[in-house]
Amino acid sequence: MTEQAGAESVDPSTVRASTMTAAALMVAVKVLFAALPKFAAREDRGLPDFGNAPRIFIANHTSHVDTLTLWACLPAYLRAQTRPVAALDYWGATHLRRHISLRGLRAVLIDRSGGTPKTRVLKPAQDALRAGSSLILFPEGTRGSSDIPGPFKAGLYHLAQQAPNVSIVPVYLDNTRRSLPKGSWLPVPLICTARFGKPFLLEPGEAKDDFLARARSTVMALNSRG
Amino acid sequence: MHLSLRMPPAVIMVWLFAGLVLLLTFASGIGYALNRRYGTQRSAVVDNLNARIRAWWWMVGILGLAFAFGQYVTLALFAVASFFALREFISLTPTKAGDHAALVATFYVMLPLQYLLIGSHWYGLFVILIPVYGFLLLPMLSTIAGDTQSFLERASKIQWALMITVYCVSYAPALLMLKIPSAPGGNALLLFFLIFVVQVSDVLQYVFGKMFGKIKIAPTLSPSKTVEGFIGGALSATALGASLWWATPFRPWQAGLIAAIIVVMGFFGGLVLSAVKRSLGAKDWGSMIEGHGGALDRLDSVVFSAPVFFHIVRFFWT
Repeated sequence: MTEQAGAESVDPSTVRASTMTAAALMVAVKVLFAALPKFAAREDRGLPDFGNAPRIFIANHTSHVDTLTLWACLPAYLRAQTRPVAALDYWGATHLRRHISLRGLRAVLIDRSGGTPKTRVLKPAQDALRAGSSLILFPEGTRGSSDIPGPFKAGLYHLAQQAPNVSIVPVYLDNTRRSLPKGSWLPVPLICTARFGKPFLLEPGEAKDDFLARARSTVMALNSRG
Repeated sequence: MHLSLRMPPAVIMVWLFAGLVLLLTFASGIGYALNRRYGTQRSAVVDNLNARIRAWWWMVGILGLAFAFGQYVTLALFAVASFFALREFISLTPTKAGDHAALVATFYVMLPLQYLLIGSHWYGLFVILIPVYGFLLLPMLSTIAGDTQSFLERASKIQWALMITVYCVSYAPALLMLKIPSAPGGNALLLFFLIFVVQVSDVLQYVFGKMFGKIKIAPTLSPSKTVEGFIGGALSATALGASLWWATPFRPWQAGLIAAIIVVMGFFGGLVLSAVKRSLGAKDWGSMIEGHGGALDRLDSVVFSAPVFFHIVRFFWT
């Protein structure tokens, strides 16, 4: 964790988490988005015990409220050990967003502007994983505008390759796009749900494109509207 | 002479809430006994009954606290209830990206404005804000995006959401602003009368239905509603409403008649909203209130009875 991330990015290990900010965010997210977690395999019984091992939660990405919603859907013990991977150009852009992302969510901010060499963009996320944190990652890399996620970027594959024992939990976020679609700045209060699927691993020797396609299909399969 | 003229309204209210606490204690006792009797193999019905009773304790507690703090806190409580009901309604309604501006106006302008108008006693505007200005303004906002696909359906659904969850619900706390010469200061008792009759009718229809229910009234809309449940629940809720005449400006026969109207409106409110819910592809509006479903599952009968009750009182007693 001593290595410097990209020149533009913020090293979150130097930022102290604020439980006050996190609590305020939880209240705001619950009032606006309800943030109801569901487990695809056992609809009625809620989430299983995911244990303490680090995991990567991957989800479809259509809205700026996705990060907050998925974070709030995690049970408290998981939330405490999970850090969202978020774009520096948005979450680091203003003082308020910086405060929310760094002190409230303990986000790992990554620089996707091109200022950081491509191979090192996800370096802070790798470091966080190695330090024992779980991650929230949106493998499309950018927000889409449909129910169906776009192609997954190679970043997820590289993360999985470097930490092959870390299981990946697919999640489908519903209604966040309707709450705050691309291009809007004021979220509409809607009940947003996160449907969690069964965790999976990178198979030994699995090709990059096969793995990414498989990961994407596990997320898509959780869309209850088919 | 009315008892209410001798006892201050606040004292009557305390007695009424004491009665509710007694009633709930009795209900909890029955729930506890059923739980003990059926032990580990108790049915889902008993579990649901106990969840409902627990939720009732919360709802009576919150309402009692709001009443104790006065009309503005009560108004705010209904605004919050409207907010959650609107959130449930819109969550189940398939709106599109082009509706975003209209939805923003719905949540952040129409809802607070409706309750502010009631709070400032502006009757003339509060009764037309949503049916006239909301009706005209919201589709105007939806045209900005230029999306014509199912435009009429989308505009209608947003208007319905507002009418049901904000406009109709807000008639209940609007009772607090009426000036009733024959019963000054007794407005909160009218609101109590409305909510008590509506909810007790729901509960008794459920109880009578579970005990004697055979013939389904509307199997496709609401499979749990039966003819026996409706008749038993409606008659006993009407009788209970009539027995509360002393706390209201009504004579006993008037209280009974008005309670009967509330009960019938509430019954159809439940049916209509159940049909709406099913046409949106859901069984419950939400999962906010344990055992009951969503906020709108609990408010559905208030929605249809509150405006009618308000206008009856306003026409004949002010």
